[in-house]
Amino acid sequence: MDAVAGQDDTDIDGKRDVLISVRDLVVGFGDRTILDHLNLDIYRGEILGFVGTSGGGKSVLTRTILGLVPKRSGVVEVFGQDLDTLSEEQRSAVERRWGVLFQQGALFSSLTVKQNIQFPLRENLKLSQALMDDIAYAKLEMVGLKTDAGEKLPSELSGGMIKRAALARALALDPDILFLDEPTSGLDPIGAGDFDELIRTLQQTLGLTVFMVTHDLDSLHTVCDRIAALGDGKIIAQGTIETMMESHHPWLRAYFHGTRARAVRSDR
Amino acid sequence: MAPASLLDVRRDGDELKAIGSGVWTSENADALEQLVTNATQAPPPETHSAQIDLSGVERMDTFGALLLERLRRAWTQEGIEPRVVGLKRRYGVLIQEMSRTGREPHPEPRRQEATVERLGHNMVDIGKDARLLLNFVGATVAAILRMGARPRTFRFTSMVNQIDRVGLRAVPIIILITFLIGCILAQQGIFHFRRFGADIYVVDMVGVLVLRELGVLIVSIMIAGRSGSAYTAELGSMRMREEVDALRVMGFDPVEILVIPRLFALLIALPLLTFIGSMSALVGGGLVAWFYGGIQPGVFLDRLKDAISIDHFMVGMIKAPFMAAVIGIVACMEGLRVGGSAESLGAHTTASVVKAIFLVIVMDGLFAMFFASIDM
Ligand SMILES: Nc1ncnc2c1ncn2[C@@H]1O[C@H](COP(=O)(O)OP(=O)(O)O)[C@@H](O)[C@H]1O
Ligand SMILES: [Mg+2]
Repeated sequence: MDAVAGQDDTDIDGKRDVLISVRDLVVGFGDRTILDHLNLDIYRGEILGFVGTSGGGKSVLTRTILGLVPKRSGVVEVFGQDLDTLSEEQRSAVERRWGVLFQQGALFSSLTVKQNIQFPLRENLKLSQALMDDIAYAKLEMVGLKTDAGEKLPSELSGGMIKRAALARALALDPDILFLDEPTSGLDPIGAGDFDELIRTLQQTLGLTVFMVTHDLDSLHTVCDRIAALGDGKIIAQGTIETMMESHHPWLRAYFHGTRARAVRSDR
Repeated sequence: MAPASLLDVRRDGDELKAIGSGVWTSENADALEQLVTNATQAPPPETHSAQIDLSGVERMDTFGALLLERLRRAWTQEGIEPRVVGLKRRYGVLIQEMSRTGREPHPEPRRQEATVERLGHNMVDIGKDARLLLNFVGATVAAILRMGARPRTFRFTSMVNQIDRVGLRAVPIIILITFLIGCILAQQGIFHFRRFGADIYVVDMVGVLVLRELGVLIVSIMIAGRSGSAYTAELGSMRMREEVDALRVMGFDPVEILVIPRLFALLIALPLLTFIGSMSALVGGGLVAWFYGGIQPGVFLDRLKDAISIDHFMVGMIKAPFMAAVIGIVACMEGLRVGGSAESLGAHTTASVVKAIFLVIVMDGLFAMFFASIDM
């Protein structure tokens, strides 16, 4: 039961509880180093926005934490455990506690939306069909889809609906932490705004911790509690949006004070 | 965590009381569902007040909240509106959210087709398939004619690339397979003809059979499986990622860009492979005749010269481009019909290979009748 210690205290204050810690992480492909001695903490209950140049390695970091990309050196601790030292069984216990929304949704194309959501349930829990149906439809409604989407195949959904359905699947097992890779890219601004709102609501409802890779300045302003910026394979700055705005790093200045940034600020 | 401790329902004076405790999360959802079902199926008590006390619940997630909502709704329907007390504040939003959901009916599940129904659909599909095939042949011919008008648009590089993939790289496996077939054929011939003392006729048999029929058939079937399936999978995954649509909206004809070079590559490669394959089968047959049947190579070649004529060779070679056209057209057509799912890609790739091989054999039969009637 050590694996789930601390799961209860989502509303503690005072000392912040670190859910995921990345230490001295080095990742590269061939002779290119993408992440170079990177350090990052993700705290319980926060929405962490992760920004950086396109092709800078944001997806690579996400995939390394998830164990999809091998690392050269460094330690990734999830829920206080080093994934490399865990047995197969302990590892899958950890994996049940995170949900991932991939950039393209990654819904299984041969299953209906309902079956997609029920897939992790079926594999991990022993539940009656009635309960699985209720859960699947409840999750669908929580992510803002109509119940009749449940019997559709992924190829019959629009881009925004795919994102929502994939989010419902990521939430199927009530994870502690949710990884989102550019969740609002490819959505119209209103759709993106709604999606941000949804993430916020779900985070509060389910007591989630959210790690969100994003390019969307609106999302950074509205939903993120804290922001970390990636540059040259390292975290060049982290903190609230105000800290970011005050930073003197050239890329951050260009990013947060560029024309798009001004447009976002004058909108509000 | 004995299941019974999760939910305890009892009468307390005038009131119906449900006392929850323990961990109401996904791991215990199955047990909790049982308890909730028992509680809701119990005979309706003669009371109008009920209480659900959750102060003992340590943790709760959507699974627990959903089951709580089930209990609450069931009792409310019986006319006893339960009060929920002792709920930890941080779960308030979750409970509220859950009471919002589950009010719409679930949609009808997708229907599975009955066997008879599927049979009917299949019959109709065969008809549709034939029409689509003709359509596609038409579109291909139209594209070729258009290209004939402006030959510079022909994608020569693409075709050369395809020839390399479907032709050159297929040579080793084609040589190996046809060589083995030649060996087996000669061995069987010698084994059975020897009883009549007619060993030497094995040369006639191998020569005629390989040049007229087996060379082109084996190569066509191999290429349908090897390159036809690759064509279908390539075009299919391009369809899935909307690359074909991208071509179309840029004003290009996907048939012209994707299909024609692949088709021409096959039209060139398959006759060459047929030739190589036939020769390799003859070599195989010759070697077995020598080592197993004791027929010296010189004797084998002399006999071969007498037994076969240029006609036999031509019959095989004339068929090759037709087989290539069938394989190429079927493979490309199936590829461009792939829908959005991985399953559809698999289904069309299978269909491509099965249909191509079927049509190759049917064509071979038609050719046999044709050549017989013109005495070739
Ligand atoms: N599997 C891989 N093999 C080789 N290079 C890769 C691989 N995955 C990512 N890269 C490279 O790593 C860099 C960072 O990619 P990525 O993390 O996807 O960027 P982004 O920050 O836009 O998400 C890119 O230059 C990409 O080419
Ligand atoms: Mg990325």
